[in-house]
Amino acid sequence: MTGARRRLLPYLLVLPGGLWLVVFFLLPAVQLGATSLYDPAGSLTDGYEMTWAFGNYPDAIRTYWVHFVRSFWYAGLATALALVLGYPLAYVIALRAGRWQNLLLVCVVAPMFTSFLVRTLAWKAILADTGPVVGLLREVHLLAPDGRLLASPVAVVTSITYNYLPFMVLPIYASLQRLDRRLLEAARDLNARPVQVFRTVTFPLSMPGVVAGTLLTIIPAAGDYISAELLGTPREYMIGNVIDAAFLVRLDYPQGAALSVVLLLVILALTIGYLRRVGVEEVG
Amino acid sequence: MEGAQPGARLRLVELTKRFGGVTAVDRLDLTVPAGTFFALLGPSGCGKTTTLRMVAGLEEPTAGRILLDEEEITRLRPYRRPVNTVFQSYALFPHLDVFENVAFGLRRRGVRDVTGQVRAMLSLVQLDGYERRRPAQLSGGQQQRVALARALVNRPRVLLLDEPLGALDLTLRRRMQVELKRIQTEVGITFVHVTHDQEEAMTLADMVAVMNNGRIEQLGTPAELYEFPATAFVATFLGRSNLLSGTVVGRAGEDVLVEAYGERFSVPVVRARSTAGAVLLGVRPEKLRLVATADEVPAGHQAVAGIVTDAAYLGTSTQYLLRTGWGDELSVFAAADGETRPVPVGQAVVAHWHPRYAFLLPAGTSGDGSAAPVEAADAVPANGAGPR
Repeated sequence: MTGARRRLLPYLLVLPGGLWLVVFFLLPAVQLGATSLYDPAGSLTDGYEMTWAFGNYPDAIRTYWVHFVRSFWYAGLATALALVLGYPLAYVIALRAGRWQNLLLVCVVAPMFTSFLVRTLAWKAILADTGPVVGLLREVHLLAPDGRLLASPVAVVTSITYNYLPFMVLPIYASLQRLDRRLLEAARDLNARPVQVFRTVTFPLSMPGVVAGTLLTIIPAAGDYISAELLGTPREYMIGNVIDAAFLVRLDYPQGAALSVVLLLVILALTIGYLRRVGVEEVG
Repeated sequence: MEGAQPGARLRLVELTKRFGGVTAVDRLDLTVPAGTFFALLGPSGCGKTTTLRMVAGLEEPTAGRILLDEEEITRLRPYRRPVNTVFQSYALFPHLDVFENVAFGLRRRGVRDVTGQVRAMLSLVQLDGYERRRPAQLSGGQQQRVALARALVNRPRVLLLDEPLGALDLTLRRRMQVELKRIQTEVGITFVHVTHDQEEAMTLADMVAVMNNGRIEQLGTPAELYEFPATAFVATFLGRSNLLSGTVVGRAGEDVLVEAYGERFSVPVVRARSTAGAVLLGVRPEKLRLVATADEVPAGHQAVAGIVTDAAYLGTSTQYLLRTGWGDELSVFAAADGETRPVPVGQAVVAHWHPRYAFLLPAGTSGDGSAAPVEAADAVPANGAGPR
């Protein structure tokens, strides 16, 4: 009896989470897949018919491939920027900050206490035509006298970078924090200059954090639509804006669903390709 | 070996390290002769690891100088020092295989072809064929060998070993001690080995420095330290000693006369570190012999009477505890040579020794970190009416 119970225990522990995922992830995913194959001639008022309309996919991609490309371009750029900004930050917090470590961590996370929307709107004020940033850039002639930042890719990418920076910093911080400092001493002892210590020991050992950070940044960034909505124009719209409009403005459910599925698959493929490339063995 | 220089002489001059208000290493003067296997022996927290880290360049001295032969390296960055370390935790790089771990130092110095040297070194530590293993796939002993090879392959002028065998079990530790000694003889590099294990220090080292409270208590060969310790700390940290506190009462020819617990003892002048005032008279337990009555004590021997309170049979010897008339305990190791018969607990006996095996130390030489028996002996007034 106790033996049987012991064997059942792992399944019992998995049950609540499993049920949650079935109800709130698996079923919606199946529903989304089904919706993407509805007859595009249907409408919300007339109802949809399941006609296995695979043609929804080529149609959607043909119309909106530019937005896909733009999404991954912006997301990739923002991820690269977040890595460049976030790694040194995580490094300093984990290895150099001493007793300021916790305070700095709170500072990194603090923006998350306000809503995504508010933070993005704040950028609207910062990058406004009459704001300090534009003023300074015009002053030093990096921006034409009538040049602006709002309604440009710069503003959108800046906002995405900012919004997902903590997701880059925290995993890298965690892996650097776990780093055995004695390995760094051993490297110094074995004739490695500071730069070499970083290149040959610190950075390779922080790869799990870098991989987690880039994935946690690029995946939500690719689906982001608030930044483009608030700081861009339709010329900067990303695939998220298109899906948003398909569901809520044009009420073209099959197309919105098809675009969502494509986005999902592309992200999945990129993630798998990336993990293969950097080697999961290094990560483990 | 590509014209590598042999081991260097390491010289520490007035080396001091303070952490905040704590002095870890206190004006340390020490010379390690070139090519020796040198042990820095001391209890944990005595400053021996800090000393090692300063030589490696991982810790900056508060004051003092470090010299390799005549070259001053005190302020050199660690990667510029011809010194390498075998760390206590090994600190092998988990993301690199054995080969790359060993090749690490060579590659950082821009050595082009490392294969030959790495393979030669792996074979020196008997790890041929393990090149592609990761550290996590190795046993503790194998990791230890990799750590050794990784440091030695750089042909350092001085190799620093920080309790390198501390994490190994006893049998493996004994085997690695033999290995270390062989390797040191083979490469001829100066080894500075930090340990708290006096047996390890004595087995391995040509020279031992006993360290306590940031200072060197005594420096010498294992035999010198054992046979004629300079301080009570050395006498009790390196092996065991019976220490009787007494007072010098005079001289008789080549002997110093000591009165302790109401009895007279003599010690040859050459065995006396102090010839006046309060002293500690020391005798090693294995130098004591047990007889039944005072009549059986050979002429010229010194004797103390007591009662056996404990006897532990250890195979090669039997260790007795003797309670003396004044309440102290003496320990006596009787070799199991088949000649002596076991003495039962509770029996009154007389322990005797030849004066040339005794030694005389100034009282209060133990610093403040002395071993318990010494403190107990210190607490006993010279008239022998001590408590306990």
